[in-house]
Amino acid sequence: MIAAERAQRRSGRLVTVDAGGGLRHLARAQLGSLLRAGDLVVANDAATLPASLHGAHCTSRQPIEVRLAAWVSLQDPTRFAAIAFGAGDHRTRTEDRMLPPPMVSGDRLALGPLVAVVERLLDHPRLFRLRFLENRATVLAGLARHGRPIQYAHVPEPLALWDVWTRIAADPIALEPPSAGFALDWRTLATWRRRGIGLATLTHAAGISSTGDPTLDLRLPFDEPYRIPERTAAALKLVKSIGGRVVAIGTTVVRALESAGNADGSVRAGDGVARGRLGGETGLHVVDAILTGVHEPGDSHFEMLRAFADDATLNKLSAALVAHGYRGHEFGDSMLIEHQPRSWSGPSRLAALSLAEGPYSSGASTIGS
Amino acid sequence: MAATSDLNELRVAVTGGTSGLGLALVQQLAARGARVAFVARTARGVERIAAETSACGIVGDVGRKEDIYPLALQITGNLGGLDVLINNASSLGPTPLAPLADTECEELEQALAVNLLGPFRLTKALLGALAASARQGSGAAVINISSDAAITPYSGWGAYGASKAALRHLTAIWAEETSLDGIAFRSIDPGDMDTPLHAVAVPDADPTTLKQPAASAAEIIEMMLAALPRGAASPITRHP
Repeated sequence: MIAAERAQRRSGRLVTVDAGGGLRHLARAQLGSLLRAGDLVVANDAATLPASLHGAHCTSRQPIEVRLAAWVSLQDPTRFAAIAFGAGDHRTRTEDRMLPPPMVSGDRLALGPLVAVVERLLDHPRLFRLRFLENRATVLAGLARHGRPIQYAHVPEPLALWDVWTRIAADPIALEPPSAGFALDWRTLATWRRRGIGLATLTHAAGISSTGDPTLDLRLPFDEPYRIPERTAAALKLVKSIGGRVVAIGTTVVRALESAGNADGSVRAGDGVARGRLGGETGLHVVDAILTGVHEPGDSHFEMLRAFADDATLNKLSAALVAHGYRGHEFGDSMLIEHQPRSWSGPSRLAALSLAEGPYSSGASTIGS
Repeated sequence: MAATSDLNELRVAVTGGTSGLGLALVQQLAARGARVAFVARTARGVERIAAETSACGIVGDVGRKEDIYPLALQITGNLGGLDVLINNASSLGPTPLAPLADTECEELEQALAVNLLGPFRLTKALLGALAASARQGSGAAVINISSDAAITPYSGWGAYGASKAALRHLTAIWAEETSLDGIAFRSIDPGDMDTPLHAVAVPDADPTTLKQPAASAAEIIEMMLAALPRGAASPITRHP
């Protein structure tokens, strides 16, 4: 990919959906000029681990690919929930990959310089918990040298770490990239700063986004740990008090903020774990707009958008994405969707009431206006 | 203890950490309570210095593009973020020193790879972590080790001098571009030191006329602290 995809990142397109359901088609480079003074952008600054490890199942000597799928504890990079594939690589669609060799607890996996033991099998033939036998520094060194970023069948050239780290990538705890952040560059951040638009970050360990297995995918996203700095919580409090909007860069930021959010729109700083899915039945207490990639109805990212906009708007959006040839996947185009107040069609009166009482209930604001 | 732990878990990465100035930096930073990760090319040297100093040793070559992100991952993964990056690893270019007319293109490329591109790439890979530290109020700094050869055109020092001059200018431009992000950039000339690199460059120099790397390291640490917000390394503001 690399040069061509990088150029595409700069030349990507952006569709915006305002709170009234209106669509606009823009160049992503215009992102810097959207938003208003007083808005707060919240981004996920997690860097991405090379979470795909090829090796062998020691008992059967069969090849295996292990993808680290979720943390057991953020403090411990030696234990993960993982997904296993048999022979083959990312050029085969995940859906068509062979099952791994049969494993039992205690089996060892030789993964390049690392040795992992199968701690226990979980309730699916691909899903298990593993523990590396080495210490933290050795595991990090082994991942750094032998691991590869989780690859995608739609990206023919192998992805390197520099392809999957966003410009703001800091702590390496994501297992797949928080890809909405690819839309940010330092020039855009400088433009926002000049225009009085705030930037705050949290660190959310984005887990595996797709396993290729329909029954497993229904359970995604897995529980994801996150960290919200005190200063981010303080910035959120401030922006709420001045009537600015909270713009989440990506679904992971929405998950973290809504998980740590209180009914009054404030957010608890510190460590937490985001569980479950957001969607049409869940209210939003913190986030007013989301910048995200182009997703298809049915995937968990798209389902989250139902928390932002009603079905009619999302249907209109989906049709427009197809009609205008927007590019999906991690390195594609972007969408900026403002939260649509539900006072007339909300799934529950309670959600509508809590929105009506909040400082962001006007709904008259339009991104880019 | 208070006197020796004044850096209170400041997270610092040092490249070229197993000899000369880099080693002195690793030793002093670790002794003063910083959390240190250092980079060097040979596993044996890295293991030895890691055992001696309790700093985290990472094997890699900043002159190799493929090593940069693996290094950045290990630095931030082991330290849990980063407050200060010290780009110290340096290549002399052709040895013994050669006039430019006798310098092979590949030798100049190698000096640029280690002295200019390496710091650029590693800084870029770690800029997100440094900016994150700055956003949380701890400040952040990048210290690039320069040389008087970056300013004065010494015969025989073409590859080294040109690469260090470029690094010095790069540092100044980084400083302009990142000041609003709270990341300080500094170049420092540590002086002519009694180090393995100097011994290769000037084999007949009298070591007693040369500065000890420990003295330069202490100066660099002072510059580093001056570049950070007041109290950035104090127990009150760190690790809330």
